[in-house]
Amino acid sequence: MDLYLPIAGLSVNIFVIVGLGGLVGILSGMFGVGGGFLTTPLMIFYGIPPAVAVASSAPQITGASVSGVLAHGSRDGVDYHMGAVLVAGGAAGSLVGGFLFRVLQEMGQIDTVVNVMYFVMLGGIGIVMAREAIGSIVAEWRGEKPSRSSKRHHPLIAMLPFRWRFYKSGLYISPLAPLILGFLTGIMTVLMGVGGGFILVPAMIYILGMSARVVVGTSLFQILFVTATSTLIHAMTTHAVDMVLTVLLLIGSVTGAQIGARLAQVIKPEYLRLSLAFIVLVVAIRMGLGLGWRPAEIFTVQPL
Amino acid sequence: MKRLPLMLLAPLLIGAEAPRLVPDVSQRKIEIIYSFTGAELLLFGAILYPGGRAPSDDAQIAVVVKGPQQPVLVREKRKIAGMWINANSADFRSVPSFYALASSKPIDRIVDPRTAVIYELGIDNMQLSPSSGGDPAEDRRFEDGLIELKRRGGYYSETAHGVEISEGVLYRARIAIPARVPVGRYTAETFLIENGRVIAAATRDIDIDKSGMEAFVARAAEHHSFLYGMFAVAMSLLTGWAASVAFKRLRR
Repeated sequence: MDLYLPIAGLSVNIFVIVGLGGLVGILSGMFGVGGGFLTTPLMIFYGIPPAVAVASSAPQITGASVSGVLAHGSRDGVDYHMGAVLVAGGAAGSLVGGFLFRVLQEMGQIDTVVNVMYFVMLGGIGIVMAREAIGSIVAEWRGEKPSRSSKRHHPLIAMLPFRWRFYKSGLYISPLAPLILGFLTGIMTVLMGVGGGFILVPAMIYILGMSARVVVGTSLFQILFVTATSTLIHAMTTHAVDMVLTVLLLIGSVTGAQIGARLAQVIKPEYLRLSLAFIVLVVAIRMGLGLGWRPAEIFTVQPL
Repeated sequence: MKRLPLMLLAPLLIGAEAPRLVPDVSQRKIEIIYSFTGAELLLFGAILYPGGRAPSDDAQIAVVVKGPQQPVLVREKRKIAGMWINANSADFRSVPSFYALASSKPIDRIVDPRTAVIYELGIDNMQLSPSSGGDPAEDRRFEDGLIELKRRGGYYSETAHGVEISEGVLYRARIAIPARVPVGRYTAETFLIENGRVIAAATRDIDIDKSGMEAFVARAAEHHSFLYGMFAVAMSLLTGWAASVAFKRLRR
């Protein structure tokens, strides 16, 4: 069944888009990532203009995060104090991102920059996650107890001034660290159409050293607010938010998220992290190859 | 547009002996609604020969449907440091967003090259007005790239035997309008060609516009962007919340 998207200016198959949302929803329910790093490239691959794909996946991630935030919130799995700091950084980051998007679009380099960002970030995060997950799986096979390193967070974080207590996260660190982290993910949300969960979650675990119980809930909380801000910024600057596309994706993703959340309870966390690392690395490699391969279209047209 | 008076006058200049065209299109207005997956335009009409003269065997018809013109920037990717990056660019001031030509015989066999350029018959004869003022060879390369891109996207097409002429007086042609064409005023031009020259021409306008909910959404996004953005966020939140409530009920 085909449906015409008013902003994208083309008709799409409803089931393809809903299915895409569903797939991403399963991931978001399982890993606490928004899944934007998959939706956006897949939509572009399907033929939706890149600007529309990026702008429309932001509100989709907002909607997909609501149920997660509510679920984690009721289980006391959200550190609102930490979340507020992250959101403050994220809001500032998305404003800067909106400005960067404009500048890069005028220079004609937005696609390249976004692809390089995807490659570098996903590649780096994927490798770190895969190593960690494989390490803990191997340790479990050998019957060793998972040894928790004595250092909770990265030494650089400990050096930052003005420490605050984040009770639920079990941390006594400077708010500057989450503020900067929020800021970076805010930029990424606007530029890449991702929630930034795939950066936030590992960074919260490995760099900030947050208590695992609140990591997913807090990252969803930050993503909810930052994607909402990015939607507004896109609506006002690029005019590329396609509500029809967003609703189709949402229908799929909210359903998928429920399935994903249940799968997450069944599968061991190490295997979960390893499979997320695998997906992240596949996307990164695809992006990297895309940069080096001769593109199908040497020429691109931009209306003036 | 400058050619238009000339084209209308052309049959008069040739004299009363010249045949006339009575063209029409199946739709004067194409409305894009939620189920729009493209449209098919039927261009048809009659060739009127004055004084009951017998229809000429050599009369050929070419029809051209053109979309609104727009200025565009064309960028070219180059391999720089192992990556394909946008490097050079050129701008063109008048690029039709859509161009479809159908003729009763291959266009280069029924008109001479000069006529083809004058009437912009054929994709390669379009005047795209490059404004870089640079090297003509480079403009040509960008122009070829632009045309190739448009052609592959289905925006530009040429159909050699797309016009059917019956009994030398009635003609018809079908032109497919793909779903992703931009909105605006399109023109359907019909040319009567004899011995390599255009002897009659006529134009009809076709409006392609979003309508109903699609038009409303597009207009809101453009003119009330803040409210539109707020609404998009609110709707996402509501959908997400409703789904979580629904699934909680379902589980119980």
